[in-house]
Amino acid sequence: MIGFPILSLITFLPVIGMIIILFLKKEQINNIKYLTLIITAFQVILSVVLLANYNYSAAGVYEEGSFQFIEKFRWIEITGISWLGTVKVDYFLGVDGLSMPMVLLTAIISFIATISSWNINYSAKGYFALFLLLDTGMMGVFVALDFFLFYIFWELMLLPMYFLIGIWGGPRKEYAAIKFFIYTLFGSIFILLVMIGLYFSATETLADGSKVFTFNLLQLMNPSNYNYDGILSPFNPNNLRLIAYIALFAGFAIKIPMFPFHTWLPDAHVEAPTPISVILAGVLLKMGTYGILRISYPIFPDITRDLMWWIAMFGMVNIIYGALVALAQKDFKKLIAYSSVSHMGYVLLGMASLTSVGINGAIFQMFNHGTITAMLFLIVGVIYDRSHTRGLNDFGGLASQMPVYTGFVTVAFFAAIGLPSMSGFISEALVFVGAFGVESIRVLTMLSTLGILLGAGYMLWTLQRIFFGPLNEKWASLTDLEFREYAMFIPLSIIIIFLGIYPSAMLDLMNTSVNTLVQFVNTGFNVSSLSGL
Amino acid sequence: MELANLYQSINLIIPEIVLSIALIVLVIADLIFHTNKKIIPFIAGTGILVTAIFVINQFNYIGFAFSTATHTARSFGMLAVDSFGVFFKLIVIVSSFIIVLLSLASDEIQKTTDRIGEYYALIYGMILGMFFMITATDLILIYLSLELLSLSSYVLAGFTKLRDRNSEASLKYLLYGAVSSGLMLFGISLVYGLTGSTNLYIINTLIQNPHINLFTLSFATILIFAGIGYKISSAPFHFWTPDVYEGAPITITAFLSVASKAAGFALLIRFVKTVFVSYETNEGFWSLIEVFDWQSILVVISILTMTLGNFSALWQNNLKRMLAYSSIAHAGYMLLGLVVLSNQGLIAILIYFMIYLLMNLGAFLVVMLIANKINSEEIDDYNGLGFTSPLLSVSLAIFLISLTGLPPTAGFIGKLYLFIALVDAKMIAVAIIALLNSVVSLYYYVRVLKHMYLVKATASTPSIIPSTSNAILLLVLVVPVLIFGVYFQPLVEFAKDCIVILGI
Repeated sequence: MIGFPILSLITFLPVIGMIIILFLKKEQINNIKYLTLIITAFQVILSVVLLANYNYSAAGVYEEGSFQFIEKFRWIEITGISWLGTVKVDYFLGVDGLSMPMVLLTAIISFIATISSWNINYSAKGYFALFLLLDTGMMGVFVALDFFLFYIFWELMLLPMYFLIGIWGGPRKEYAAIKFFIYTLFGSIFILLVMIGLYFSATETLADGSKVFTFNLLQLMNPSNYNYDGILSPFNPNNLRLIAYIALFAGFAIKIPMFPFHTWLPDAHVEAPTPISVILAGVLLKMGTYGILRISYPIFPDITRDLMWWIAMFGMVNIIYGALVALAQKDFKKLIAYSSVSHMGYVLLGMASLTSVGINGAIFQMFNHGTITAMLFLIVGVIYDRSHTRGLNDFGGLASQMPVYTGFVTVAFFAAIGLPSMSGFISEALVFVGAFGVESIRVLTMLSTLGILLGAGYMLWTLQRIFFGPLNEKWASLTDLEFREYAMFIPLSIIIIFLGIYPSAMLDLMNTSVNTLVQFVNTGFNVSSLSGL
Repeated sequence: MELANLYQSINLIIPEIVLSIALIVLVIADLIFHTNKKIIPFIAGTGILVTAIFVINQFNYIGFAFSTATHTARSFGMLAVDSFGVFFKLIVIVSSFIIVLLSLASDEIQKTTDRIGEYYALIYGMILGMFFMITATDLILIYLSLELLSLSSYVLAGFTKLRDRNSEASLKYLLYGAVSSGLMLFGISLVYGLTGSTNLYIINTLIQNPHINLFTLSFATILIFAGIGYKISSAPFHFWTPDVYEGAPITITAFLSVASKAAGFALLIRFVKTVFVSYETNEGFWSLIEVFDWQSILVVISILTMTLGNFSALWQNNLKRMLAYSSIAHAGYMLLGLVVLSNQGLIAILIYFMIYLLMNLGAFLVVMLIANKINSEEIDDYNGLGFTSPLLSVSLAIFLISLTGLPPTAGFIGKLYLFIALVDAKMIAVAIIALLNSVVSLYYYVRVLKHMYLVKATASTPSIIPSTSNAILLLVLVVPVLIFGVYFQPLVEFAKDCIVILGI
């Protein structure tokens, strides 16, 4: 193992960078940019170190022992209230197969987004300080194993995101920023309530044998820790677990975003500056599905089993609805935003299958969607920077004008469609194979395959409208990619193609944990077998 | 009353005595130094600090003062000195000290230097009233202390006389105050007629008698609640708040919103706990005497207060007025801690007050420093300030985010403990309504941020750099808001030691 607290370092490194930036003069724009670049690059290096030291056979999920790079110490401890007992909150970080892909994704996307932020000069000091704070929030969510800590990181992202959209965004930035803020806060109050409810329903046995209420996610996954009369305890015949599950799910679903909670997303994407769109689509949306896998599934396996059809149904609706709306778009960025809604639907569908194949596919799809959609938003950014328009019908024939750019666009588009040899194909195929094998959601799965067809439709149509046909003379002066843009597109393309050809590199990482999770969700918290406890 | 008893009682009111001496010194100094009044604020500040020492010392002196010892074997006094009371006295004294510092920095107050002695003397009057309000366990004393507080604040609300709004605020405050204190006095007289006593403890024993006239008792209690509800500006007695807060000098607005509210809450909690609670369960819940369903009434009042406060704040364009509505909403949140009728809820209120003191005074400080320069509290005049006045804007942003209750600020911890208490008492529906309220509040708090940061600065946007002393004061308020947001153990530890309310 590694001799230093690597997860804390990877999480709080950006905050250190932010503090340094606050002490720099605002005229030192280049120093600020290079500092941010160095910090995000260092994050990538740390994530590679994590990967190199990662034990592929350790499961994690609900066993503390098999989590990796654990850091745990007491953060808050209040004793001596007779009628309440000890109150404690742990600072508890660790990764397993569910979070490791997300940590990698966050590091990569933050780095790419930093490069993409290079031409931001309007109060750059504030921009990069907030950017780094956002980075910490994202990374923290994926490594926290204590609900309280998770929630703090979850909320920590809201404010920087609000400002990043609101200050550096497009014409309707104020509306988009506050809409994003209120929507997500609305979601997180439900998460908060469930968190408090769980706190009063389960206890953790400390080393000295005393029992205390706990925010520790892993302890909350152990049914024998629950009280008999807790409101969210499976033993309580009048428990509110179903309602709590729906509330928690809604809180996460807003972030995914799941239909019908998706309306903030197109606004946020269209108004956000390119790098923030990249972060939003690349990382933030994954938090919703990650939260469901990390918290909803193993803490409420009983309810998950009952509601899997509904999750699949919402996944199907997301896929079809997102694709249909994307077809109707005239704005390039909005089109990508809705394609995002559609692609996150595959994640939901794969998760709902509760099979190893399906959930492997879902997490892989989370990673792939992160890289592919990030690239798509960068593509929109490139053309918008040059032409200051995003109208799909304003272009035509750019392939001859910008051949290299068109090449990268083709890679990203075909990956989004799910062409074999691209990473998107593998994950979508796994999702469908997993979901199709489950009798109850087979019809939903079959309907969902329509999404692939529609996806090919809007993507190819877009490709045709922008890049083929006669060149619109207005754009005869557009230049092809420059060095900075190569630096963004090449790594992402390599990842997309590499994982399309050799998906095991990613699948092996999560496989053990996913198997454990699937087994746990399919058997855990079975009330009839619990009653003997 | 025996001499020994009297002597012991005097020991228990040393802070009040010190305060009175300081008040006299202040008045005399005002007469002596009538040409150079610069020394007055320092005398006022020193007096408050000395009082603070004696207040802290009171943690060691717990007991009843001025007991009549005629009714029962155990004697209850007119004053109860307990850790709960000392806690609220500390809240009052800390906010008073900050108000003195605020007054030094306020242009509005500095324009009235010739009357500065009266200003501080009246503030001392308020403090004295609040101290007695916090410890009083006798209806007569409760009424007198309430009047002492009110009369001083009526004058202070219109003190500067710089604008018409000052006098309007003062008059409105007086009229509403007179009505509610009249109602309260009527309620007190009914309770006395019913029980033959003005002592809360004796009333508690007497109303456990099943033959008591329920209607009269409930009616009388509602009237008394009207008087207290007016002090904490809870619905439906909140109408004065926005006008008075907007019209009064900003230092007094800040003082009313924190200290006066704290004293009102202390009185309300003590009143409910000593009059209507028969015993405490092992889990720390308070068992009500079953005369009337006070809990439901409190739930309704609390929800009404926060909802009205938040929704009215949405439409405000004046920051001072908006903060007034926000303080109404916060009174609603804090009532939640009382609604659950448990020690857990009481701890939540105490934690909330410590945090509320920091963030609300902080917000008013920033508004005042900005108003000193641009002479306006309109939100539209804050356009682009984020880029020209970074220190003030960032601090205001932190205070407002904390008032919303988002992590990692202390405001989140305050709300968290309230919701923990609610969930513990299985009042989930109330918790959901309160949480939805904080989503609503996000909109108007963030609106200020929108004007400061999302609107670009123009050439006419003023650049406001606070003086070093003001910047230090600002940091003293900002830094704890951030630190307590991630490390709140000291707050909770302190609060849990301060929940002892002397009872039967």
